Amino acid sequence: MMKRMMMSGVFALMSSAAWAGCAFENTVPLKSLTAGFEAWKSATSAMAECGNFQAELDQEFRTKQAAAFAANPSLYQIGGVANETIVPLLNAGTIRPLDDLVAKYGQNLQPNQLIKFDGKTMAIAMMVNTQHLMYRADILKDLGIEVPTTYDEVLAAAEKIKAAGVVAYPLGGTYKAGWNLAEEFVNMYLGGMGASFTDADGNPTVNNEKGVKALETMKALTAYMDPEYLTSDSTFVQQQFQQGKIAMANFWASRGGAMDDPAESQVVDKVNGAVAPLAMEGGTPATTLWWDGIVIAQNISDEEADAAFRVAMEGLDTEMVTAHNNDAIWLIKGYTPGRLAEGAIATATHVPPPPSYPSTTSQGLMQAALGNQLAAYFTGEKSAEETLAAVEADYTTAAKEAGLLK
Amino acid sequence: MKFRTFAAFVAPSLLMMFVFIAVPLVSVFLQSFEQTQPVVERIEVESCTPGFVTQNCTTEIRTQPVLDESGRVVTQTVFTGLESYRNVLEPARAMAAIRAGDWSGLMAIDFWKALRFTLTFTLITLPLVIGVGLAIALAVNNASRTIRGPVIFVSLLPFIITPVIGALSIRWLFVGDGILTQAIEWWTGHQVYMFAQGWTIELLMLFYRVWHVAPFAFVIFYAGLQTVNTDSLEAAIIDGATRFERLRYVIVPHLMPLIVFIALIHLMDAYRVFDEVVGFRSEAHVISLQWLTYHFLEPDSTGNRAISRASASAMLTMIGIVILLVPLLRKTWRDHKGAH
Repeated sequence: MMKRMMMSGVFALMSSAAWAGCAFENTVPLKSLTAGFEAWKSATSAMAECGNFQAELDQEFRTKQAAAFAANPSLYQIGGVANETIVPLLNAGTIRPLDDLVAKYGQNLQPNQLIKFDGKTMAIAMMVNTQHLMYRADILKDLGIEVPTTYDEVLAAAEKIKAAGVVAYPLGGTYKAGWNLAEEFVNMYLGGMGASFTDADGNPTVNNEKGVKALETMKALTAYMDPEYLTSDSTFVQQQFQQGKIAMANFWASRGGAMDDPAESQVVDKVNGAVAPLAMEGGTPATTLWWDGIVIAQNISDEEADAAFRVAMEGLDTEMVTAHNNDAIWLIKGYTPGRLAEGAIATATHVPPPPSYPSTTSQGLMQAALGNQLAAYFTGEKSAEETLAAVEADYTTAAKEAGLLK
Repeated sequence: MKFRTFAAFVAPSLLMMFVFIAVPLVSVFLQSFEQTQPVVERIEVESCTPGFVTQNCTTEIRTQPVLDESGRVVTQTVFTGLESYRNVLEPARAMAAIRAGDWSGLMAIDFWKALRFTLTFTLITLPLVIGVGLAIALAVNNASRTIRGPVIFVSLLPFIITPVIGALSIRWLFVGDGILTQAIEWWTGHQVYMFAQGWTIELLMLFYRVWHVAPFAFVIFYAGLQTVNTDSLEAAIIDGATRFERLRYVIVPHLMPLIVFIALIHLMDAYRVFDEVVGFRSEAHVISLQWLTYHFLEPDSTGNRAISRASASAMLTMIGIVILLVPLLRKTWRDHKGAH
């Protein structure tokens, strides 16, 4: 209850009349359930132009999506998912393969928009998202600091910024205990060090030198953050940037647009993006690649699926992208990357590129175990090795319950 | 009252209690002894996800549930005995830590950490709520009649506020750049971070709960004070009893049944402390038993929920409340029998 009240806004957009913005008039009643950030607002309001369409935007959509799609008929025809949230739908078989529909209505799709599992197109991606280095260009320039490319350089730069005393805290970070903190560890461990979480049999393998190194790097960074960093989520970091309290953060590309929103931000045109810092020389950027996209429910009639896909395509068309160019790193034709997208694109196209966040059940369990246990290292209750051992124990218990391990 | 009439009045309530309390309780009890899991298979598949310009395709081994002909996930339920309880309590680790006298080792286990906080929270707030409630009641009772109404209204305000909203307001007031934190910093000249370490968070939680619940105790005590026998009070005054002695020997004994009542209600409520943990975002530092149950039940981002552990944790919470209530219930029972 609480969490939902705090972390999400639930908006419903209704449109009864078909607008000129849509190429056809939709007559089948359709509903969608997606996350609630800016890009989804843009996409779903473009879908609404076709008429008979109702969008539900909810940042906590993941708690109800699996159950809603498992109903017969499904409570929503269109779903918005990302790397990890597609997993429960895929596992339960409640979303349909889209290859036929793509052949029929997907002429404008780019080949890399098709998310494929086992050769079948299961989702259509609309944007990529990644955490990358966002920094106050003015501060770095004034202090004569080069844009950092590794975490050692980030720490050195943070020290200089701290000495100069130009901002309250040199660094920001999405270090809120739970999912956010786990994600920062995944960035460092899987992204930056290329280490793996499980062995071939599915047993956890996170308690190793690289895991310890990842934790130590993160802890070193926290010395330059607001001491309440264990409560700091994306919105908090965004506000820290907007209010000029921090100078650098490894932060989500989808939040970039907000830095230049004059209604909210005091640092318009001052924040730039760069490649996510490397955790080790010659490695990949310490981050993971994410996508957001749409899926179509299995438990609906073919006519509904047909209409839903057409409406979704109208929502993800060039017209929408030109109107909302800076809301996301769009994958859709007609997108021209702006200043704030440069860093994220440089991160995604870095050689070698950072890995995609794995769409697997075991990764979900690992993310939860990391989220449960990592905070104890940062509060000083446990050493790095003890913390990682606890992560492994937590993962093993959960994986056994889920039937992944014997 | 005739039995038939009595039964007709009570039956709907009993039915509701059976459906909404007894049945879920039994179901949770049974679920805590078994695990339902999907039948899974490991298959090698190629999956393709977008990079910015090109597609990233990787071949990976996926573990995924087996679906039956109608497209439903095949699940199996196995009886696991006390396995879930063991997973929650971690008795081996806990015993090892206790034997070694290693307090932080014991606190490294979620359940014991949550139990430690839940117990201290319950037992510290209990006397404070009763004390503050009684103090307000006495103050209002002695206030002049003209200002009594407004004073009662103001004292009741914290109780009217929705717990969630109250917890959030406290967080916003005391967070790093909150108004009250800024005021304290200006006053003391030191940087203050109330949410950066466990003990300050716990202090705020205690303060918030007492502030929120004391009005409830106040209302009950204030009602009780209206029935204090004035003859006894006058007799005490003639005997030369001081104000404190009158409170100690006349008023408190008279209010005793109400004190027990409030203690019962408060123990049950405080042991289920939850809103504070979520409202204050204190998961990293302070967790409670109720939060632990909720956390097990909450699906992770790929849809896994630890329902068996959640059931076990819920049962343990209930057992904890019962143990806490036993002394008070025995006292009430003895008084009840003595009265007849």
